[in-house]
Amino acid sequence: MPSPPDTREVILEARELTREFDGVKALDRFSFKLHRGEVLGLLGANGAGKTTAMNCLLGLTLPTSGELNAFGMPLQANRIKILQRANFSSAYTALPGNLLVWQNLSVFARIYGVPNPKKKIAELMELLEISHLGKRVTGQLSAGESTRVNLVKAFLNDPELLMLDEPTASLDPDIADKVRKVVRKVQRERSIAILYTSHNMRDIEEVCDRVIFLHKGKIVCEGTPSDIVAQSSSDNLEDVFIKIARDGEILDEPKKEPVAP
Amino acid sequence: MNLRIISALVMRYLFLYSRTPMRLVELIFWPLVDLVVWGNVTVFIQKNSDAKFGEFILFFLGAMILWDILFRAQQGVAISFLEDVWTRNLLNIFVAPVRTAEYLSATFVVGFLRILVTCIVMSLVSWIGYSFNIFQLQWWLVPFFLNLMAFGWALGMISTALILRWGQAAESLAWAVPFFIQPVVCVFYRVEDMPAWSRPIAWLFPATPIFEGMRDVMKTGTMNWDYLWLAGGLNVIYLALAGWLFVWVLNQTRKRGLLTKFATQ
Repeated sequence: MPSPPDTREVILEARELTREFDGVKALDRFSFKLHRGEVLGLLGANGAGKTTAMNCLLGLTLPTSGELNAFGMPLQANRIKILQRANFSSAYTALPGNLLVWQNLSVFARIYGVPNPKKKIAELMELLEISHLGKRVTGQLSAGESTRVNLVKAFLNDPELLMLDEPTASLDPDIADKVRKVVRKVQRERSIAILYTSHNMRDIEEVCDRVIFLHKGKIVCEGTPSDIVAQSSSDNLEDVFIKIARDGEILDEPKKEPVAP
Repeated sequence: MNLRIISALVMRYLFLYSRTPMRLVELIFWPLVDLVVWGNVTVFIQKNSDAKFGEFILFFLGAMILWDILFRAQQGVAISFLEDVWTRNLLNIFVAPVRTAEYLSATFVVGFLRILVTCIVMSLVSWIGYSFNIFQLQWWLVPFFLNLMAFGWALGMISTALILRWGQAAESLAWAVPFFIQPVVCVFYRVEDMPAWSRPIAWLFPATPIFEGMRDVMKTGTMNWDYLWLAGGLNVIYLALAGWLFVWVLNQTRKRGLLTKFATQ
């Protein structure tokens, strides 16, 4: 029986996205759709193409070929309109370390035109349990505090599309757990579409509705975390990750076609 | 262009200056060192020359202050950009809804504020310490100021484009670019004092007619309007070319995929 048509709103869509660096394809005809309210995990070993994909989606790197649309609009031609409705947080960027936390957040609240910014910042800081950090120097925060401040910045404009690049990297298990729970809570309440990269499979299983595994710029497999484990010859997502990173495929040998009942 | 976004970016730079007073010292300390050295040289020459030349030699101090307008405007653009690189904030800015024109405008405003601080301090010190009143340039001071500031902005965009092109290894260009052109824009001498072959090159820069005009005003109380037309016209060309260069380099950096590397290194 054919599956019913997918009527969910597409927030972000890549079609046949290719990005070459000196003749080497970092991303090879990469296509996907991200729907409203969905958390999509982008997985792969270092060099698989996740960062290139994320950079193309943020407009930081131009694709060699292919199409990118967000909110139904071509990304390059509507970059500012799209970025107004989106936000980003990465473990590899920081807010200026020499400013106080409230100063940094006030600047970004103003950039995004957040109404009543003081109240909004206070609410988000409370949600992430960092209300006490407002007057601290940003550069003196611990990794966990800094990550949560970055997340406050990422939630400031009530984004409909959020890109999170390894948000729990270098966090202890307790803080990582808190971050995952807050991300999931806010995402569900506001029906945010999230593109999520991580090397932490626990993150992926807890946060992502669907994942895409990349290897050498190509999609190897996609589906829910449990479906992917079921399709593979591995016992858990971590083993699938290792298998793909080493062999570029999820099976040791082709699985037998299921027998029709 | 969204004024709210420009004001947010300016606010970020003001927070930075309020948090790090050493940056204010840098705005005041080096110009003062220059002023004191040139002020003392001027006094020495005054004492050892006839009265008429002694009066005229004060133009050294005027040239110092006007040169600083150009230099601080250029620094406002280039150093503001480097502040974002040093604090790893560039990526946050480039993934926010900030247009290139808004980003550059904010750096122009910062350049203007830097000039104000430096000029007020230098004008006061040169007046109190060396009896040189910059306001003897009267209303001519306004077009001089505007033209030098505009040329400083253009040089700032060129410096920033070069840093963006060659990465942080080229960041010393943020300080060096104005000094590349200093010998040919006749800050401390007249165009006619330069070797004949280099004079046409001097007139290619909008700062040259401004410094020539300054000396005219100090000597005769008036100046040739052609200097202002030439400086204004050249500035329009320089601003357009520098803006185009910055946008072109930024797009090339995006195409080559180097922007993220540059922003996170």
